[in-house]
Amino acid sequence: MAGPAHRNLDQLPYPSTVLTIRRHLVDAIVEHARKDHPDEACGVIAGPAGSDRPERFVPMLNAARSPTFYEFDSMDLLHLYREMDDNDEEPVVIYHSHTATEAYPSRTDIGLANEPGAHYVLVSTRDEDTHEFRSFRIVDGEVTEEEVQVIDGE
Amino acid sequence: MAVEVRIPTILRQYTGGAKTVEGTGDTLAALIDDLESRHPGLRDRLVENGSLRRFVNVYVNDEDVRFLGAEKTQLSDGDSVTVLPAVAGGSHSR
Repeated sequence: MAGPAHRNLDQLPYPSTVLTIRRHLVDAIVEHARKDHPDEACGVIAGPAGSDRPERFVPMLNAARSPTFYEFDSMDLLHLYREMDDNDEEPVVIYHSHTATEAYPSRTDIGLANEPGAHYVLVSTRDEDTHEFRSFRIVDGEVTEEEVQVIDGE
Repeated sequence: MAVEVRIPTILRQYTGGAKTVEGTGDTLAALIDDLESRHPGLRDRLVENGSLRRFVNVYVNDEDVRFLGAEKTQLSDGDSVTVLPAVAGGSHSR
């Protein structure tokens, strides 16, 4: 049982306190959040397992279609995880928007965070002209904000 | 009667890191009891007061058990069970 997909939880790397992400992926997340406003938008950026590199943008349907809640549709969730498994990928980034509040994990977000290896990105679209884009680790109910380093280019 | 169960990352702390485990049971509830006997702690993460937890998704052969009979879903030899925590959250506080 070797390989990145079989690590024990306590062996998971929480490598850096930085999210390094390409600008076009940031733009894609913000665009999705704007498009679905006032409902919350959600999705994943998958990347090679163990790489901590967000690469493949996967916008998801918010099955709750709500301005205060998001949930991946259960069949979409299954297909997404199958696909990532087949590609040897992980959900490097899990993003969603808050449409009337700040881009900080709510109690609900913290209680339901089940991917300790992921960067949880929050975007706030409460302001029409500017947006907040922030990233967090959420592990065992503990929230740690991290720096977001945006790289130019594809 | 063996059933293969795929375990999500967050629950592999109960399976010694294993991504898939085997279990037996005629129903999902019986399977979960069987898994608990070898992987203590797992049941509590899946079931609350005898019902599947709201934010844990369980699939039998790629069908969501909520549409099959939930914890009473019948299992057959060779079935494949997948467990995935919901990806959910939101700005409202509960």
